[in-house]
Amino acid sequence: MASRHYKLTSLVGFGAALTALTMTLAACGGGNNTDGSGNADGTSGSVMIDGSSTVYPLSAIAAEDFQNENPGVRVTVGSSGTGGGFEKFCRGETDANDASRPIKDGEAADCEANGITWGSLTLAIDAMTVVVNKNNDWATCLTTDQLAQIWAPNSTVSNWNEIDPSFPDEPLALFGPGTDSGTFDYFTGEINGEEGASRTDFTPSEDDNVIVQGVSGSKGGLGYFGFTYYEENTDELKAVSIDSGAGCVAPSVETARDGSYTPLSRPLFVYVSTQALARPEVASFFQYYVDNDAEIAKSALYIPLSEDGQAELVSDFNDLMAQVGTE
Amino acid sequence: MSTRQSLEQQPQSFSPQSLSGKGTPLRDRIFMWALFLALAVGVFTLAVLLIYVTVKGWPRLDLRLITNMPSVRDPENAGAQSALTGSIWVITFTALIALPMGIMAALYLEEFARPSSKFQRFIEVNIQNLAAVPSIVYGILGLAVFARALALGQSVITASMTLALLVLPVIIISTREALRAVPRSIRDGSLALGATEWQTAYRQTLPAAVPGIATGTILALSRAIGEAAPLLLLGAVSFITFNPDGVLSNYTTMPIQIFNWTKESREEFQILAAATIVLLLVILLAMNFIAIWIRNRTQKRW
Repeated sequence: MASRHYKLTSLVGFGAALTALTMTLAACGGGNNTDGSGNADGTSGSVMIDGSSTVYPLSAIAAEDFQNENPGVRVTVGSSGTGGGFEKFCRGETDANDASRPIKDGEAADCEANGITWGSLTLAIDAMTVVVNKNNDWATCLTTDQLAQIWAPNSTVSNWNEIDPSFPDEPLALFGPGTDSGTFDYFTGEINGEEGASRTDFTPSEDDNVIVQGVSGSKGGLGYFGFTYYEENTDELKAVSIDSGAGCVAPSVETARDGSYTPLSRPLFVYVSTQALARPEVASFFQYYVDNDAEIAKSALYIPLSEDGQAELVSDFNDLMAQVGTE
Repeated sequence: MSTRQSLEQQPQSFSPQSLSGKGTPLRDRIFMWALFLALAVGVFTLAVLLIYVTVKGWPRLDLRLITNMPSVRDPENAGAQSALTGSIWVITFTALIALPMGIMAALYLEEFARPSSKFQRFIEVNIQNLAAVPSIVYGILGLAVFARALALGQSVITASMTLALLVLPVIIISTREALRAVPRSIRDGSLALGATEWQTAYRQTLPAAVPGIATGTILALSRAIGEAAPLLLLGAVSFITFNPDGVLSNYTTMPIQIFNWTKESREEFQILAAATIVLLLVILLAMNFIAIWIRNRTQKRW
């Protein structure tokens, strides 16, 4: 009987050991991150950001750099998607929301109902480039309809001359980003009308170099990826101009910034609640974010704002902070 | 008739070699090979997966993985410490909530509840159905009840309570199985010696069932530690560079961190994700090993 009793206590003992382990870890963790002490300006507290996985790299870089300088502040960044993020943001569960599109009326109404007031800041420009082989001398401009024809979920287009009879008889080889990526969602959403809707018989890769190699290695190759990757590989690839009804527009920093390169470029936003900005740690984080935005955008491989855009970002943020002051 | 006879003559082991004898009918041999093939497919897939992940993650399988925090700027030196500690926090509190509750519920159902009453059958059916509910549904429940109604937010305790609910049916079912395996004579003997029902359950039946309970619960917790879907919904964050310091702290877990890294386009993150998968697998194997160890150490044959 005693021995059986021992067995039961061994189970309890296991639980106790588990608890002890956690407490030890907690002690370690606490030691590394003493709340709100030891940093230069004494700011402490936490900042919670959620939202678009496309904007996530920007906010994560900002969070990482800011925390290096302000170890007392804890910044977390989620990537639930723009819509999922707004749901939390408008309930007051997060301080700011990363967004790859403007807030919708319904979402704004939710915010209003919960007494959340906000301002939006434009952080950078996300653009995509459709690329073909250097030796492809026929496809200088494609319409969005032609792209949709190529990339539709059940597309059987396998030769360039099926896209346009004036194109030569050249087999089509397709390359694209992995289906988990934000670029894939964006492209399929804009071109095929539904995020994730795409033919599946293309070569997907999370590694953009694979797309570069694939397209530069086959004469009939076609692929798409972020504009900044194209900028690094202009020698090996040719960018296709896009005609969405208003004539052919070549992808460039300028056309992406002024919005004429449509629909494959878009501004990226962060929506910040003025209630949250009243907290010093949130205000100082976003001050940092705004001040270093150009560098952060470049590091995250997005197109940084123009000089005017930067000035506008700063003034938008100052206006927002002025609102906080008056409340 | 001849088939049955030849089957009866088969040795206990089902290895395909033992079936290649001339006396075995073709149909039997095909059937056995089919069984073996079914097993081989599973084992082979697992082996390929393990080898692939280990090879891919090899360059980053070092101490930095557990000493460093995640980094967007420097994936070469980034680690998964916050995810590792987050997972340990979450799973510990999952265990602290689910274990006592599950074992007590099973003890009641098996030892005290009036058998085959309508109420009992109703509960049994429900528990079995709960075990089959997709984990994302628990995530929705946790979000609505724990995160929002109880205002616990995106915290460790929200995740633990949700995962505890998720594994509770499995713990109850495996504990009941373990209790049922304790021979009737043990209970009868105890009662005959004047012990009360409670004393019998607590001092005889429950201790005797510990091996089964431990195995079942650790396997259930192994499932919980690998869960990503409900936690994504509950708001485990993607980028966090501090360890949880309390049950209301923000957190992330290893599956979430892996999921997040595999979405990154840079190769360094893919390698980091592979290394973290290996770390997660090591933890899972260790948990399963503990389960087997407890079972072997305490097992009793009646």
